[in-house]
Amino acid sequence: MTSISVIDQLKKAQILELLEEGKRVDGRAFDEPRKLIIETNAIPHANGSARVRLGDTEVICGVKIQPDRPFPDTGDKGLFICTAELLPLSHPTVETGPPQPHVIELARVVDRGIRESHMIDVSQLVIEKDKSVIGVFADNVVVDYDGNLFDACSYASTAALLTSKTPKWNWVDDKPQLVEGGETALPISTIPVSVTMGRIGNHIIVDPNGDEWDSMDARITITSDSNGNICALQKGGSDGFTQDQINQCGEISIRVGAKIREILKESQKGSQ
Amino acid sequence: MGGRNATMVLLDENGIRCDGRKIDEPRRIMIKAGGLKNADGSAYIEFGNNKILVGVFGPRDVHPKHMSNTDTGILRVRYHMEPFSVTERKNPAPSRREIEISKVIKEALEPAVMLEKFPRTAVDVFIEVLQADGGTRCAALTAASVALADAGIPMRDMVASIAAGKVADTIVLDVNNEEDQAGQADMPIGYMPSLKKITLLQLDGILTPEEYKKCVDVGVQGCKIVYELQKKALTDKYFGKGGD
Repeated sequence: MTSISVIDQLKKAQILELLEEGKRVDGRAFDEPRKLIIETNAIPHANGSARVRLGDTEVICGVKIQPDRPFPDTGDKGLFICTAELLPLSHPTVETGPPQPHVIELARVVDRGIRESHMIDVSQLVIEKDKSVIGVFADNVVVDYDGNLFDACSYASTAALLTSKTPKWNWVDDKPQLVEGGETALPISTIPVSVTMGRIGNHIIVDPNGDEWDSMDARITITSDSNGNICALQKGGSDGFTQDQINQCGEISIRVGAKIREILKESQKGSQ
Repeated sequence: MGGRNATMVLLDENGIRCDGRKIDEPRRIMIKAGGLKNADGSAYIEFGNNKILVGVFGPRDVHPKHMSNTDTGILRVRYHMEPFSVTERKNPAPSRREIEISKVIKEALEPAVMLEKFPRTAVDVFIEVLQADGGTRCAALTAASVALADAGIPMRDMVASIAAGKVADTIVLDVNNEEDQAGQADMPIGYMPSLKKITLLQLDGILTPEEYKKCVDVGVQGCKIVYELQKKALTDKYFGKGGD
């Protein structure tokens, strides 16, 4: 244990020292995300899927679309649920068992970013009002960990949703009946992009890798939509930000998010 | 949760909100430091119709032992809602929402508490939401800071918290339950006014870049109002007549 923590301290000192010289440990600019590689339709059995590599972090998202009962107070809207899980093979410290608080936070932040952007127009996912609606489930699994799971899961979900095909159901004899060959794209209204930034000392860095992630004082994940508006945000980590830094992070997230949105659009084109 | 009334006017032509407040006016806030006998520190807050009780224990021995840290003390926070605190009975088991809020509040408090002075110990913060009415995490964080101070734990600052948001295309302070359900954006903010540091920040809802900056600013100004009430609660207990 002791030896590990000494290495961590040394690494942290090195990362901070480099930042003071204006450099990052892997040579990137402060506002430069890692290389994003998206492979869509990776899982043909799913209604949509994506395998995403963000640097050495790797996430697979599968989208399943099926009839479901609506929530009692929103009978005129379909369901959208996004989850995330860290698989035990993703890192030596990950254990099986009920999800840890940080994994619950991950799933909820990824879900919130997509939900609050209204990416999917759930009002178009109704089979029979108050009785049956279409449920869209985007399940993310982390298969390799090197920091910043928030963005990796968010991009995987978005890429998978953009390429998802929803089956069509008719309401027959009080139950949904599948219409053969009725598959269409999901009703998409915007492309949300999350950008996670870490603060180390007074430096704000985009898309922290695993070592940077362990060295952060605080982090912030900001999701923006296609109109360049901010639609969700989550601050984390055991320290804070100044008001100026929060404003600065808002600007960075919109600027960097716009570039990543183009990569997501390319991945959508590639699958068609 | 709350009543979703389509005909409700969120903001009238005079800039008055559905509960009669102005756009930059918080709900009624009452904070009391102390109150629990067994806890090392405690606080009770009424924030609009929110009623929240916070108890603090520690620094004390860590159980289970493997959680203890030889370099610093640890902070543990449990945010919990009573089954009777909301309209429909809530399952008493901790939900995913409560686990996330516990984590967010813990991380908001950590920069304020001088945990490094108490290695191998734990400070436990128990937050019980007796009645919920929108903005519980902010009210809970505000009360938790007072309870930590009441426990005599060395702190760099207190974290004051309130939500800003967007209702009827206007940035407003302290979004209530109705506004949260029908409104356009909700941004809870936790802020340490003396250190000028934001330690809790979340957002759901769509804001333009200008609205985003405005929203952070309105929230920070609101936290300064809450901060004064936190200080007053502590002064009342320790220097006032009605101390217990």
